[in-house]
Amino acid sequence: MPSTSDGSVTQYAGPLPQPTPETQPFFDGLKERRLMVQRCEACGQAYYYPRPICPHCMSDYVHWFQASGKGRVYSFVISHRSRPGFEAPYVIAVVELDEGPRMMTNLIGIEPDPEVLRCDMPVEIVYDEVTLEVTLPKFRPVEQA
Amino acid sequence: MPPANPRRDLRGSVAIVGASESNRIGVRPDASALTLHAEAAKNALADAGLGIKDVDGLFTAGVTSVQLGEYLGIVPRYTDGTSVGGCSFIIQVEHAMLALAAGIINVALITHGESGRSRIGGIGAGHRGIPPDSPQGQFEAPFGTMGPPTLFSLPATRHMHQYGTTQEQMAQVAVSTRQWAAMHPMAMMKEPITVEDVLASRPVCWPYTLFMCCLVTDAGGAIVMTRADMARGLQRPPVYVLGTGEGTEHNMVSMMADMTTSRAAKVSGKAAFEMAGVSQGDIDVAELYDAFAFTPMLALEDLGFVQPGESGAFVADGRTAPGGEFPMNTNGGGLSYTHSGMYGMFTLIELTRQLRGEAGERQVPNANVGIAHGPGGMFAAAGTLIAGNANSL
Ligand SMILES: [Zn+2]
Repeated sequence: MPSTSDGSVTQYAGPLPQPTPETQPFFDGLKERRLMVQRCEACGQAYYYPRPICPHCMSDYVHWFQASGKGRVYSFVISHRSRPGFEAPYVIAVVELDEGPRMMTNLIGIEPDPEVLRCDMPVEIVYDEVTLEVTLPKFRPVEQA
Repeated sequence: MPPANPRRDLRGSVAIVGASESNRIGVRPDASALTLHAEAAKNALADAGLGIKDVDGLFTAGVTSVQLGEYLGIVPRYTDGTSVGGCSFIIQVEHAMLALAAGIINVALITHGESGRSRIGGIGAGHRGIPPDSPQGQFEAPFGTMGPPTLFSLPATRHMHQYGTTQEQMAQVAVSTRQWAAMHPMAMMKEPITVEDVLASRPVCWPYTLFMCCLVTDAGGAIVMTRADMARGLQRPPVYVLGTGEGTEHNMVSMMADMTTSRAAKVSGKAAFEMAGVSQGDIDVAELYDAFAFTPMLALEDLGFVQPGESGAFVADGRTAPGGEFPMNTNGGGLSYTHSGMYGMFTLIELTRQLRGEAGERQVPNANVGIAHGPGGMFAAAGTLIAGNANSL
């Protein structure tokens, strides 16, 4: 039975990603609580998901950098069907990072209520250590000052 | 002088000469996916007055063309298994047109069959899991994005945010489509519903309730195509291919550049309208793939029937219902007639029937030119067909 680093025992039932050589640094970064994304030196654009050739200009002159972990909700839905690892209702969202790329994620720490959730609301990353091996990038609302 | 458009030379060069569903559709615990293909193929060929031995071009998706060729017992000389989701069969009309027009084949058979509800036969879309080391397996599935309701719905939310589109407007699509289904002898859902019924139905994935989601059925469908000269010698009125288009964009919906417009649909629709040489106002009947209530709304915008953001207001007053000025999804659509998984085939069958004038109670008066269009995957791809009867040439 796997356990997380804080000692809590968990049996995570959700689908787990299996990294490939090109994506391993992304998942390694998450385990260290760093959101690693790539930027193309040729065209200057950051992009996601990881691959060694830029999807904007096909240059292979790309490098990894640590993103801020801040962004905005581009779109979201509220699933009313429980799935392994996900108890309904839960929020699936696409977040646009401040650096530009968008990523699929979950919104946590907020009511799954369309009256509360908003496109373009500011969010920040939460590192969800679902197993000893896998940490997933989730997002939560940024407290408004 | 504008550059020549090679598509224009193909306008009217080929025709749909046969079209049919499988023997029965809806719930078919007696039939595997391949049998649904085979039944539809047999029926469509009978409709055309042709036999299986006449077929020399085989087109299909979901299953592979070799699985299908073996099942049908034929040895085609041309095959195409383009499989980019539910619009694959619409795209294959373009591919069949090219092979027919080039003289490489004489009779093209395009088939669909899917045991979406009973899950019999072990092959076809939906029977494959998502590999955990694929891009989807790494970057979408870990967030509980299981199935179209959780993925196809994301663009709807963004459209609501950007344009003020409402759930009530989406519900009206389901209501209007149900009215058409009531007139289709093979439709699964015929009970009249109201916008209130749709909104009160079980929440599946906000913003979608159950009645805004397509059915899950078992069904087969097929069409037969030949060159126009041969078509005129066959038993049914030819439905001429006036314009075709296809396009692809992302695979994962999270990679869709702008969730309020499908680039694939715009590329596809533009090509089809330019080839056909018709404008949106010339379209008498529209079959726009309705996997979910919002899906045909985005098509209305991307195909240029309305401006971006205006589809909600367009559908809201029942304009697409029987008797409305824009007859849309006249078979009852994926929402109420049938949706086995890759619904695009059924847009082709219904368009053929409407343009032949054989749609019975639901026949659109004076339907001479029509459009079939659909996305594939989660707005990943698109295919468009503009077709017409003899009056359109
Ligand atoms: Zn680049």
